[in-house]
Amino acid sequence: MSKPVNQKALLLIVPMFVCVAFSAIMPLMTVVNYSVQDIISPTQHVFVGTEWFRMILNDPDLQDALVRQLVFSLCVLLIEIPLGVALALAMPAAGWRASATLVVVAMPLLIPWNVVGTVWQIFGRSDIGLGGYVLTQLGIDYNYTAHTRDAWLTVLVMDVWHWTPLVALLAYAGLRAIPDAFYQAAEIDGASRFAVFRYIELPKMRGVLMIAVLLRFMDSFMIYTEPFVLTGGGPGNATTFLSQYLTQKAVGQFDLGPAAAFSLIYFLIILLFCFILYNWMQRLGQGDGHA
Amino acid sequence: MVLELEHVSHLVGGQTHLYDIDLKLVPGAINVLLGPTQAGKTTLMRIMAGLDRPTSGRVRVDGKDVTGVGVRERNLAMVYQQFINYPAMSVFDNIASPLRLQRVAAAEIRRRVHEVAAKLHIDHLLDKRPGELSGGQQQRCALARALVKRASLVLLDEPLVNLDYKLREELRTELAALFADGQTTVVYATTEPQEALLLGGHTALVHGGRVLQHGETLAVYSTPASVDAAVVFNDPPMNLLPARFGDNGRLQLPFGVEVTLARDGLPAGECRIGIRPSQLRLAPVSGKAITVSCVLELAELSGSETYLHLNTRHGDTHLVAQLQGVHALALGSAVDVHIEPDELFVFGEDAQLASAPPGVIHGVH
Repeated sequence: MSKPVNQKALLLIVPMFVCVAFSAIMPLMTVVNYSVQDIISPTQHVFVGTEWFRMILNDPDLQDALVRQLVFSLCVLLIEIPLGVALALAMPAAGWRASATLVVVAMPLLIPWNVVGTVWQIFGRSDIGLGGYVLTQLGIDYNYTAHTRDAWLTVLVMDVWHWTPLVALLAYAGLRAIPDAFYQAAEIDGASRFAVFRYIELPKMRGVLMIAVLLRFMDSFMIYTEPFVLTGGGPGNATTFLSQYLTQKAVGQFDLGPAAAFSLIYFLIILLFCFILYNWMQRLGQGDGHA
Repeated sequence: MVLELEHVSHLVGGQTHLYDIDLKLVPGAINVLLGPTQAGKTTLMRIMAGLDRPTSGRVRVDGKDVTGVGVRERNLAMVYQQFINYPAMSVFDNIASPLRLQRVAAAEIRRRVHEVAAKLHIDHLLDKRPGELSGGQQQRCALARALVKRASLVLLDEPLVNLDYKLREELRTELAALFADGQTTVVYATTEPQEALLLGGHTALVHGGRVLQHGETLAVYSTPASVDAAVVFNDPPMNLLPARFGDNGRLQLPFGVEVTLARDGLPAGECRIGIRPSQLRLAPVSGKAITVSCVLELAELSGSETYLHLNTRHGDTHLVAQLQGVHALALGSAVDVHIEPDELFVFGEDAQLASAPPGVIHGVH
């Protein structure tokens, strides 16, 4: 017995295919196309196979940038997640104080990225910037344009200032979703403040914290604008992260082939890390359902 | 354990939540707090638990003043409407948690957890986490956590509300059995009159931040002290009608009927009459029955029962009758209902009970 075939279903799927093709698959294929060819002129191109990939992976500049990037993202997560959770725990739960605190905490999130860079660029200068001035007065030899360590720390502090509020807001939303009865029950049991955090608040925040970790990882791994404005990747290559490296290749030197090859690698690295992080956190809280 | 509240009042943000409450819990029994939502049941429980300090008044445990003594120093357990368990711990660890905080020895903990889990039929789920359990099992776990402490006071704040009908019945029966040994003073808050009657024990009617009446559940049900008490403790609501005693001593009902009540202590003048919906019948029981002719406005079928919303032909009074079984009656049709004068509640002008039916008829029909 043959099943009746309904071709109308195709009509419903085709628009979606077209959209995804134009928005994702075709641009990506262009990159794939460039990554395996040497474009000599608009009419002249040679297939080079995996040569660009081999070349880029053997580039010591890239290896340095990758290590720098990994250390940076790790620092961002290690600082921003606990700090954001601590901030959320310290924020008032209700009333006008809660609203006021929310606005103040969320403020950095409303500032455009290049403005954040500019703000910190000025803030960190020892002649006209408050931060730089104070540090210099305290006898600390601080100069983010000259010292590698200072530049690095400034970029990190800037990111913490800019994005910890996002983690705090997410954690705050998670905390507010916990019914009051949980706290009462813990009080009746005689549980300590730490036990309340460890066994009630943390498990209940698992979902939002997972989102926070993924977002902060992805964003910090792709950081570009702020260090570009603040240090331009310097001094030397001290704050050249992967995005900046890529821009130098693609726009600065116009090496489209290696740049395309690296774009694909970059994309796969992010995908891989997100996959690992997601699975790790899933396993970490297995069974923590909605109790 | 004897828990007493003396002149307890509680204000929250300038609003009075409890007015001068005097309540002595019956030790070793189930004490039901029955009242509508917002009546103040939860506030009352929080004060009993020591989670809140009353604005004024005293809380005594076995005669000792414990007002202001924190919840950590009291020996009590509480179960809530929400299923409250530690989400990241197994059922075993959840149940064991209060004992671990009390530093009970590990072997003793294992023994007591298994004992209480078996009582609540969750001994096969000890390795699971609460998130993996059904609603009924999660609440059993929460109950086990409360029971394992062997607290002398257990507060249950509408514990069965979030469960479906079948589970609620099942767990309610078990609860009554669990506390039957008389070792624990139980306070059980509910909005449902049926639940109070099924649990038995003692009932305090709470309404608008006051305790209207407190006594044995059946006694409270059969002799409501006031109109408010009758309203709180009757579902379907009691029919309340304005009436008056004439100069001849006869009761004049709003639908143009006069009847002599053979009782003492009847008030004079204006009064209110209460009739339970189950006491409006299609056939008279005794020769003294009053017949009221009505028009059927609406009929609700609930499977085993039929609710008739009626308007009396004379006096245009709205009555609700609760009948056994399914009665297929056409809307707008004429229905004669019969009222036994001996079953009438008479409330005075001050809305207090003046006279209960002499041969009080117990139970829910």
